[in-house]
Amino acid sequence: MAIESPKRPGTADPPAVRIALITIALVFVALFIFIPVIAVFTEALQKGLGAYFAAITDPEARAAIRLTLMTAAIAVPLNVTFGIAASWAIARFDFPGKQMILTLIDIPFSVSPVIAGMLFVLLLGVRAPLGGWLADHNIRIIFAEPGIVLATIFVTFPLAARELIPIMQAVGSEEEEAAIVLGAGGWQMFFRVTIPNVKWGLLYGMVLCNARAMGEFGAVSVVSGHIRGHTNTMPLYIEILYNDYQFAAAFAVSSLLTLLAIATLVAKYYLERRVIPVKQEPDDLAVKVAA
Amino acid sequence: MSIELRNISKKFGDFVAVDNINLHIETGELVALLGLSGSGKTTLLRIIAGLETPDTGEVLFHGEDASAVSVRKRKVGFVFQHYALFRHMTVFENVAFGMRVLPRRERPNEAEVQRRVHDLLKLVQLDFLADRYPSQLSGGQRQRVALARTLAVEPKVLLLDEPFGALDAKVRQELRRWLRRLHDEIKITSVFVTHDQEEALELANRIVVMNQGHIEQIGTAEEVYHHPSNAFVYNFLGNVNLFHGRIENGRVFIGDTAVELENTHAHAHPETGKAVLYVRPHLLEIVLRPNGKQTFPATVKSINPAGPQVKVELVAEWGDMVQVEISHERYETLHLQTGANVFLKPKEQKLFVYQI
Repeated sequence: MAIESPKRPGTADPPAVRIALITIALVFVALFIFIPVIAVFTEALQKGLGAYFAAITDPEARAAIRLTLMTAAIAVPLNVTFGIAASWAIARFDFPGKQMILTLIDIPFSVSPVIAGMLFVLLLGVRAPLGGWLADHNIRIIFAEPGIVLATIFVTFPLAARELIPIMQAVGSEEEEAAIVLGAGGWQMFFRVTIPNVKWGLLYGMVLCNARAMGEFGAVSVVSGHIRGHTNTMPLYIEILYNDYQFAAAFAVSSLLTLLAIATLVAKYYLERRVIPVKQEPDDLAVKVAA
Repeated sequence: MSIELRNISKKFGDFVAVDNINLHIETGELVALLGLSGSGKTTLLRIIAGLETPDTGEVLFHGEDASAVSVRKRKVGFVFQHYALFRHMTVFENVAFGMRVLPRRERPNEAEVQRRVHDLLKLVQLDFLADRYPSQLSGGQRQRVALARTLAVEPKVLLLDEPFGALDAKVRQELRRWLRRLHDEIKITSVFVTHDQEEALELANRIVVMNQGHIEQIGTAEEVYHHPSNAFVYNFLGNVNLFHGRIENGRVFIGDTAVELENTHAHAHPETGKAVLYVRPHLLEIVLRPNGKQTFPATVKSINPAGPQVKVELVAEWGDMVQVEISHERYETLHLQTGANVFLKPKEQKLFVYQI
């Protein structure tokens, strides 16, 4: 490792400090992230590959996987649509209540997911007026799939918007104005200029939103009712397996979620490097203009 | 296409950006809107383009009210101060954009797009950069791509917001000459905004001097420079020395120095006779000996011989700083040195006097 250099620049810390800091960081990463991730996979495979595949192809496991994928497939597009609309409105226009929207967007982050779940039960459960009306019309939301989707949307609500707002603001509206002056219509401007300028941020927001949607436990747990094969998402199913002392099966399903998380992180890593918008430098002396 | 502005006003909150402006621009003219930042010149340009809606008044293109015409249908070309090139598109695609967003039946086919884009890139001498992205270009190159992109939609009016503002002095000079030639070639009605009086004087057929949302003077470079209609214009269009004096019997007194006036703009306060004199640095002469009441004493503070003229800074007898520009020949014969006591003599005819 090239930690020590013979001449240390004035702002660098002494080698001992640097080695200590790096060691602490590495030990923490190993202890709290690397070893548990390895443990998930070793536990999952402790009864052999046969048991592993049996666990993840079990009908109940498949139902949980299906429900998780479906929930994400609904929550992510909706939140991305909302994120684009909100960030565009906030970055481009001044309107009364703008600051309030910015604050409200963050509520799902600041509220505990369990409370978020409770909120939906209180609002739509059979004992609430609205829930009673829904029950009378045979529309099931709480303890059913729609409740899970709603809770997931609530919890992942800020992710896309929060990612897009600063990027939209940094990009500014000049290019959009240029597109309009050049004869583009509103949708042409949107798809040819606005979206391409924020596309990496948008993808990043989608990746984060997807990861959270698939992994959400608290809010979903409250509204789901844990009906096996029906309202169990992957995280809920894992808990049930674990409580049933089916450790290998629990870890097998966990390993799927972990793989998903790793894939998300890899995607995030590549996207993050492209999110920073390319600035147009005011001038570049390297290339001189020919008269 | 001619442009007519009638009683245009625009407020942002309590700030009056444009205050009841009337202006007529002839077909094929190249007009400069000249003013400091905050004078309303950019707002006025954006109103012409349709990017801002005026609170009152109307914009007429070719005699017809354009207020109801949307920006995309106005057939104006707008070059933004920071170019606003589409950063995710190549130079070629930037220039082709205006053609690609046309309604299907008006859209030229791919071969036609190719031909026109390359023609335009040749016009701005950047054909070899067609595949580059804006971030790979220099400021001057971006400016010319922005211009080519604007010309691609065959606008009837060309509007440029501080077209050379972000460029260094040398590139700015070259682009200025190039734009002048281009305008002579294609004769498109053009309006550009600038805060650089030199740029306006060199480039424009007519100059509109703006201040705090209204027009101070409209005229050719010759008119606004040599016959400014008021002190603001005189002050804005070049370096100037200010002297407080008074007018008596057609003569201006600065301290004890009297200057004969041939200037029709000489107005003093009717009761006190007080006036402010504006004198450009090159309209003062340095002499070594006093000459009665035509000269006043001053001490040389600093000398800057770099440039076509020697810039001398002096302190007048009564404490005011005075800037004088003299030729290098004159500088040699005077043997000026810092600290020398000399005399200043205004070259009378072109003084500007304004009442206070």
